[in-house]
Amino acid sequence: MKLNEVKVGESVKVKKIEGSGALKRRIMDMGIVKDVEIYVRKVAPLGDPIEVKVRGYELSLRKEDAKMIEVF
Amino acid sequence: MKIALVGNPNSGKTTLFNALTGSNQYVGNWPGVTVEKKSGKYKGDKSIEIIDLPGIYSLSPYSLEEVIARNYILDEKPDAIINIVDGTNLERNLYLSTQVIDLGIPMVMAINMADVMEKRDEKIDTKKLEKELGVKCVLISAVKNELNNLMETLRSLKPSEERAYLSDDVEEAIQDISSLLKDKDFKRFIAIKVLENDPKIIEKEKIEPGIISRAKELALGLGQKYDDDIESIITSKRYDFISKVTGNIYIKKHSASESISDKIDKIVTNRILALPIFVLVMTLVYYISVTTVGTMATDWVNDVLFGEIIPPAVESFLTSVNCVPWLSSLILDGIVAGLGAILGFVPQILILFVLLALLEECGYMARIAFIMDRIFRKFGLSGKSFIPMLIGTGCGVPGIMASRTIENERDRRMTIMTTTFIPCSAKLPIIAMIAGAFFNGAWWVAPSAYFLGVAAIIVSGIILKKTKPFLGEVAPFVMELPAYHIPTLGAVLRSTWERGFSFIKKAGTIIFLSTILIWFVTNFGFIGGQFRMLDTLEIEYSIAATIGRAISFIFIPLGFGDWQATVATLMGLVAKENLVVTYGIIYGFAEASEEGAEFWGTLASSFTPVSAYALLAFNLLCAPCFAAIGAIKREMNNAKWTLAAVGYQCLFAYAVALMINQFGNFLVYGIFDVLTMVAVVILLAMVYLLLRKPKAHSLKTIGGAQD
Repeated sequence: MKLNEVKVGESVKVKKIEGSGALKRRIMDMGIVKDVEIYVRKVAPLGDPIEVKVRGYELSLRKEDAKMIEVF
Repeated sequence: MKIALVGNPNSGKTTLFNALTGSNQYVGNWPGVTVEKKSGKYKGDKSIEIIDLPGIYSLSPYSLEEVIARNYILDEKPDAIINIVDGTNLERNLYLSTQVIDLGIPMVMAINMADVMEKRDEKIDTKKLEKELGVKCVLISAVKNELNNLMETLRSLKPSEERAYLSDDVEEAIQDISSLLKDKDFKRFIAIKVLENDPKIIEKEKIEPGIISRAKELALGLGQKYDDDIESIITSKRYDFISKVTGNIYIKKHSASESISDKIDKIVTNRILALPIFVLVMTLVYYISVTTVGTMATDWVNDVLFGEIIPPAVESFLTSVNCVPWLSSLILDGIVAGLGAILGFVPQILILFVLLALLEECGYMARIAFIMDRIFRKFGLSGKSFIPMLIGTGCGVPGIMASRTIENERDRRMTIMTTTFIPCSAKLPIIAMIAGAFFNGAWWVAPSAYFLGVAAIIVSGIILKKTKPFLGEVAPFVMELPAYHIPTLGAVLRSTWERGFSFIKKAGTIIFLSTILIWFVTNFGFIGGQFRMLDTLEIEYSIAATIGRAISFIFIPLGFGDWQATVATLMGLVAKENLVVTYGIIYGFAEASEEGAEFWGTLASSFTPVSAYALLAFNLLCAPCFAAIGAIKREMNNAKWTLAAVGYQCLFAYAVALMINQFGNFLVYGIFDVLTMVAVVILLAMVYLLLRKPKAHSLKTIGGAQD
């Protein structure tokens, strides 16, 4: 499953991050690496981006980018 | 002694910087970019210089701020580093710390928010943390100014020893490269970057091809082992180490129950309430800064201080000393007017900046980006671009300055370039004049002007984001939403003062000089073979009118190719409402009303409704007034970008006005000629620019910024 498909209020674990380059590095710099737990907190009022909790803080990312993150 | 302050955004870095330096600060920009640079002298010892590096999450090569920070460290070799970390968000903050530790520069870690941690009943074993990381750790509370001997600790620091904390196989590879680097500074840091194949470091440090190929070989081996790329492997290993460290340094850990910030956020960005709350907050910002306090203060400075108080006083003084007319005109209409043009905007800017600082400090600004992102990113803008554009309806100057809150440089530049397309209040008299003189005051003229402005922003956004300067840089939208907190008065006032002052300093010169130049070209000219100063109603003999006659042919395709329109447009650059005043003077009314109702009849005879609307469109979209150009220059911090912005605006305005005039003539009067063909070509070119796909390779570099 991809992170953008996770329902609001659910917690998942990161399996793999696809892609390469700046975006992938940025996502990982922010603490989303393999095996970390992510809690999907909410979706923005206009349907995108989403807000997740990771390593104890709040992070927002676009659904398009969340597609790169494989979770289970 | 030189000390660099390094830390994540929202870690309290600026508050600490202010606490350490007090009022001994210098605020500027890093050379050639829009990123703010702050440095200052330590309060307790003026021989210590502190540099506040941009807030960053990592030392990767992918963001401008990160590159600025690490280049500063590598080039300037600060004597010590204060790494400020948010104690309530230790895991992610330590990620940057590990990279800073790799540099080997003497470093002290200032663990901020000690007060909040205490309130949460959370306790960190700093001794243990010191042992794990090999650097000194001090608990501080920047807000409460409890700095616990931070500076004393700093003085007794020794270079931090090299520490191998990543997994053994990765460390082996780092050692391998490091041993090849011979006598370079920052060996471990550079070895890791070379291993990561960081192009900027490889170029900067002139790494030999032999070392690069060795690094590639090692990276490949590790890559196969972990089935991932080397950057990701190293990032993961760092976080593995951090998880291990944070796992055993807490004496007492905060339970993950819902915090107050969580509760606020549940309401504020709630799916149903978020938009109404957003509208309410924005209405309030607009009401205070544009409708009431801000505009009242600015009107007072413009109309009373620089209208009724200073000029008459100066004038009576000049008369009393029998000043020659040209000098008294220079002082009154040039210098005093120029100063008025600069200072007139200051009150409104200050009031807006108080509001922006409040929104930023409390954490709502990040939520604005979160809420508005979906709409604005389609046009290459940030969700935070909403505020500059909203404020821009009042005045473009504070509007442009408000772009300061956008964190991404690309979005910031785009916002600066497009904000003044929105009709500001000074353009309203032009709209009223055209509507009154040509359209019988029809209701739709004003809304159509705003529609034109919004359309110009959307079209420009889409066109520009596909051009090279905007494609080149990376703009992933992966944004921290900081915890809400109550803003401190000191921080709000300081940020307001800094921004306001930098407007006066950086934008002031260009505004002042332009005002004097325009004063000269409109007040002097040849009359009867003699060069002299002119009376107000002799404007047709002025240098400006001569220039107008020479270049007015440019505006023939737009339908207003006479010198009057050219001069009026030129005068509009001083302040947009001057366009109306200038037409008044040209038609012999030195003291016309704001909309110029007295000369509507005369005006109507020199235009068709179509060409009049083209004139309106051109003046709404072309280069803004000098004050706004000054603000653009201040924010772009780069002459080329400033010229590009103003040039683009003029070109775009020309294209739009030409199309309006030509298509209008065709539709209303059935005129079809060569110029109509030109308009068709322009339209097609614009449609092409809107629809074209950016080159494939560039698509990859901006990745997630696509929609």
